[in-house]
Amino acid sequence: MTPGSRKIRVVLPFHLRNLAHVGSELELEVAGPVTQRSVLDALEARYPMLRGAIRDHDTLQRRAFLRFFACEEDLSHESPDALLPDAVASGKEPFIVIGAIAGG
Amino acid sequence: MSKVRVLVGTRKGAFILTSDGKREKWEVSGPHFAGWEIYHLKGSPVDPNRIYASQTSGWFGQIVQRSDDGGKTWLQPGTPPGEPIPTPGPPKSASNKFAYDVSAETGKPLTTHQWYDGTQHPWEFKRVWHFEPSLADADTVYAGVEDAAIFRSADGGENWKELSGLRGHGTGPQWQPGAGGMCLHTLILDPSNPQRMFIAISAAGAFRTDDGGMNWKPINRGLRSQYIPDPNAEVGHCVHHIAMNPKRPGVLFMQKHWDVMRSDDAGDNWTEVSGNLPTDFGFVIDIHAHEPETIYVVPIKSDSEHFVHEGKLRVFRSRTGGNEWEALTKGLPQKDCYVNVLRDAMAVDSLDKCGIYFGTTGGQVYCSSDAGDSWNAIVHDLPAVLSVEVQTLA
Repeated sequence: MTPGSRKIRVVLPFHLRNLAHVGSELELEVAGPVTQRSVLDALEARYPMLRGAIRDHDTLQRRAFLRFFACEEDLSHESPDALLPDAVASGKEPFIVIGAIAGG
Repeated sequence: MSKVRVLVGTRKGAFILTSDGKREKWEVSGPHFAGWEIYHLKGSPVDPNRIYASQTSGWFGQIVQRSDDGGKTWLQPGTPPGEPIPTPGPPKSASNKFAYDVSAETGKPLTTHQWYDGTQHPWEFKRVWHFEPSLADADTVYAGVEDAAIFRSADGGENWKELSGLRGHGTGPQWQPGAGGMCLHTLILDPSNPQRMFIAISAAGAFRTDDGGMNWKPINRGLRSQYIPDPNAEVGHCVHHIAMNPKRPGVLFMQKHWDVMRSDDAGDNWTEVSGNLPTDFGFVIDIHAHEPETIYVVPIKSDSEHFVHEGKLRVFRSRTGGNEWEALTKGLPQKDCYVNVLRDAMAVDSLDKCGIYFGTTGGQVYCSSDAGDSWNAIVHDLPAVLSVEVQTLA
């Protein structure tokens, strides 16, 4: 592991797992402060096929029908630069990307 | 012996149907991309094993998929699975990035379009409705997208560049979405003139370029649409689909919202050829591969009732280039049928005895191996069919 980086657990919804060819949970190395932005940056760097599928390519805004959860809290409307809970930063709890329940 | 490969896009995945030239026994492969909307798949005429697919979702956006082995395996161009972190390196996964051009002077949106309430609205990318691979180069492919625009890739779908002369030619601010969104759904390349392309947009109309996509002009003279303020307007018509026989590229047939139309001068002028159709509302239209005056439509009851007329699934064929139509019913349900056939869901093969194919919102894909005289369902129970394309393979 790179010095100063942490191992973060990430859970993706079914369709994004298939796109990235990963299992139900994956581990990422995140350098520096553990925020939504740093976790998603690391995720997209490791799995470039996810670019544009979670956040808009240019604005990096969360796609409307996706939500971010951790520690049983909805963090979707938090600042992307706010620190994630310690339990996520320590790898105890995963950062969860979830699709809104809608459609048929 | 010749083979056919039918590429089917549905609401919940893609399916590939293959048969020999008899078109009696079929193998079904799929679902590919299970659970995703597959708006369209189309193979390259240069390399038939190269297939482009539009995988899309309201949740996760647009994904471009490509197969180089006839649909056995798929990849997202430029982003193979497990690729190492690019540090430093060029941005990856541009294959699903469709960025509209902005004004070179101001850096602001090139133009806006009319919104449902009459105000102006910026273009927002939603999805790819149609891929049209180049007739000359397997790595070059065009994409018709929603909100309406045309993009081109010259590297097998890795990177996309807008041909913004279409939106910027002047009528863009008058375009407005139809019920299905403001989509560029039809894209036709002229085999006799590499500089000429035709496109159609709901609800703006038909457009043509004669210089490879730099400049475009509306080609809607003769269209008449009662539902717009000026029924004879230059733009604003809800064109549902256009078909061209590659052997006679100057002649076009159109299924408009209402009305079946014909042009004998590459779209400069249109005349109505609905003739004795029971209703001239519909979505699909196609042309016999070897008889350029033989055309096919599936009339739909009305713009308020999107299912076939009188509970009967009937393809109508004209052997006279329109006006005189016969109902083709053999093998098709003739009672209690209430399916629709969407605009990109009909195709023809080029075998000696021309095969006609169409898919329904009820999940059936029908094939006629005798130019429409009789029909068989290749599959009965797929998800709602969005698109059907056919490849005739040596």
